[in-house]
Amino acid sequence: MELTAVLQAYPKEQTYLLEILLKYQASKPTHHLEEDELTAIADHLGLPASHVFSVVSFYSFFSMTPRGRYILQFCRDVPCHISDTFSVRETLETLLGIKTGETTEDGVFTLEYSSCLGACDLAPVLRVNDTLYHHLTVDKIKAILAEIRSGSDA
Amino acid sequence: MPTITINNLEVRADAGMTILEAARAHNFKIPTLCHYPDLDIKSDCRICVVELIGQKGLVTACSTPVYEGMAVKINSPRALNARKAITEMILANHDAECTACVRNMNCELQRLAESTGIVKNRFESILEVKPVDKSNPSLVRNSNRCIKCGRCIDACKTIQGIGVLDIAGRGHDSDVTTAFGKALADVFCTYCGQCSAVCPVGAIMEKDSTDVVWEAIDHPDKHVIVQVAPAIRVSLGEELGLALGSIVTGKIVAALKMLGFSKVFDTNFTADLTIIEEGHELINRMKNGGKLPLITSCCPGWVRYAEHQYPDLLDNLSTCKSPQQMFGALAKTYYAQRENLNPKDIFVVSIMPCTAKKYEASRPEMSYNGQDPDVDAVLTTRELAKMIKQMGIEFENLREQKFDKPDEVTTGAAAIFGATGGVMEAALRSVKEILDERPLEQLEFDRVRGYEGIREAEVTIKGETVKVAVAHTLSQAKKIADDIRLGTSPYAFIEVMACPGGCVGGGGQPYGTTHEKSRERIQTIYQVDRLMKVRKSHDNAAVANLYSNYLGEPSGKLAHTLLHTKYTPR
Ligand code: SF4
Ligand code: SF4
Ligand code: SF4
Repeated sequence: MELTAVLQAYPKEQTYLLEILLKYQASKPTHHLEEDELTAIADHLGLPASHVFSVVSFYSFFSMTPRGRYILQFCRDVPCHISDTFSVRETLETLLGIKTGETTEDGVFTLEYSSCLGACDLAPVLRVNDTLYHHLTVDKIKAILAEIRSGSDA
Repeated sequence: MPTITINNLEVRADAGMTILEAARAHNFKIPTLCHYPDLDIKSDCRICVVELIGQKGLVTACSTPVYEGMAVKINSPRALNARKAITEMILANHDAECTACVRNMNCELQRLAESTGIVKNRFESILEVKPVDKSNPSLVRNSNRCIKCGRCIDACKTIQGIGVLDIAGRGHDSDVTTAFGKALADVFCTYCGQCSAVCPVGAIMEKDSTDVVWEAIDHPDKHVIVQVAPAIRVSLGEELGLALGSIVTGKIVAALKMLGFSKVFDTNFTADLTIIEEGHELINRMKNGGKLPLITSCCPGWVRYAEHQYPDLLDNLSTCKSPQQMFGALAKTYYAQRENLNPKDIFVVSIMPCTAKKYEASRPEMSYNGQDPDVDAVLTTRELAKMIKQMGIEFENLREQKFDKPDEVTTGAAAIFGATGGVMEAALRSVKEILDERPLEQLEFDRVRGYEGIREAEVTIKGETVKVAVAHTLSQAKKIADDIRLGTSPYAFIEVMACPGGCVGGGGQPYGTTHEKSRERIQTIYQVDRLMKVRKSHDNAAVANLYSNYLGEPSGKLAHTLLHTKYTPR
């Protein structure tokens, strides 16, 4: 989606900043926001660029570096940590061959930490773009990755 | 009027006061960090915690209102401990090399560490050293000393309406920074320095010029001269232990002579010159259908703001240089000739209440030969105070001295340049009297005085009504500029100053400047004006001499070459 199209989809009001940022980032295959795009959004809403940067740097679901088409976010807060008997992180890192914060060479997966995803009763959980996977096991993780890889666009 | 108990003393407080205000009203000191009188209350730093008797947790004094029967203990062991721990945590993320810091002995964090009795920090340092931003001529940002109080963010946002700075990241990794962490030179900063004036520590400060000035003074072949801006004489005293509102003009001259300057001149002289040039510009524009409204251009923070935000309005700006730059241009030409000196050997220093003046002096067009600057170094009020202390001068005991000739002749009109509305009033005194062709009946233009963000007045000049306006702070200037852009501005002449109260509240003035202090300084400035023998710029005989001996006609050819400038959209 073009940035202008996203901007036009929302009222020109500062309270829509978060929604605009989320919508636009999700529309980009690289799932990231660039400086000139953020500046354009700031100008459009009449906000200082420093404020938009502040918002983007505050939330872990925004990124300013290009990411894979699928963003795997695992939670590092206490409930997930306690119920994580096999290490979600290590499993994912081994299976994908990357470290947390990195993107696979084919540009398909990015692995990231996230703060609480709000599903502590289902821990441990993993978010893949907009989908939440819960009660993870090593097999479940393998299946999730296989499913994505076999998907038409992967 | 609630009665409350502070420590063990029963006191009366006003309804609606916070604990902090009530305590201060009764001379109890509660330490604060993120709190600053003219800015919003944030209660972020939690340094001001006090114990509320009968309540479990501690409360922040800056944000908790008093109520009847309230009892607080400022220094209960629990409050003290909390304050100490917070201070230690701040220090653990702080480059505390005090002896190498501009704020040494004048630092709110240092005072806090002392008052909470920290000898050795229990926490280990977690500081990740970041590069220091020295990208521009006015300000230096050292985030390794930033305590994230947010005062600078507020000053830039609420006073100036700009928002150059904000908080980035979260939690322990958060940082006060510009958009995308760029250098100040690469974002839209006006260099007004309001952020530096409210910073409690040495994290944003003026770029130091004291070293180059000491060097020049020491140099055997340099003829070092200095000019003193109108707003300094009502503020420097505060920084050197005199009472608020002291007029220290004569002491400044004495101190500057002791520091080793060859000649000490008064910027008021070129302030009068500015009025003559700008007055003629206004008259010409009004007579010949030139671009109106005419907007003053002596504030470099405003000029930079306009160049960036209102490039379409640059023709409205007066082409006159500021008094500082008129002085510099004349020093390297007229003065050099008169004294038979090579301009390259003259080193011109200005004492300014302003950090943006450093930037102004560095603008490439501010050069008599296209190479060397007209003004070689600019010192803020704070830097001059520092030099006076370094020299061990006992300022309060100095005998007053007079400025060097011929600039000793100055006027009340020039003196009021330091206050918001002052340039406007000085210009009106001259323009009205010259065009009316009869002596002014009333010298004071009360309608342009005061502290409202925007003030307007109607003045009858030669039978015609002329509307004028005055704005201080850039958030107010924006309103005026937006109206001009829309074509709805009714004014012929507008004065804009970027700092609250005008130069008296400049970004280079003593730390702890507040609206209250600025107002006090403004009163003192009007007092200086009242005491002057000559109170109109066009009655300044020395300025008249300068025209007849050297410059020729006001607004003439040489005057244009030396005293006028141009602007660049940015
Ligand atoms: S900011 Fe204060 S505490 Fe920090 S180094 Fe400077 S003087 Fe010391
Ligand atoms: S110098 Fe002025 S414009 Fe620049 S960051 Fe500081 S307050 Fe904002
Ligand atoms: S730079 Fe100074 S005023 Fe700004 S947040 Fe840091 S310590 Fe506070």
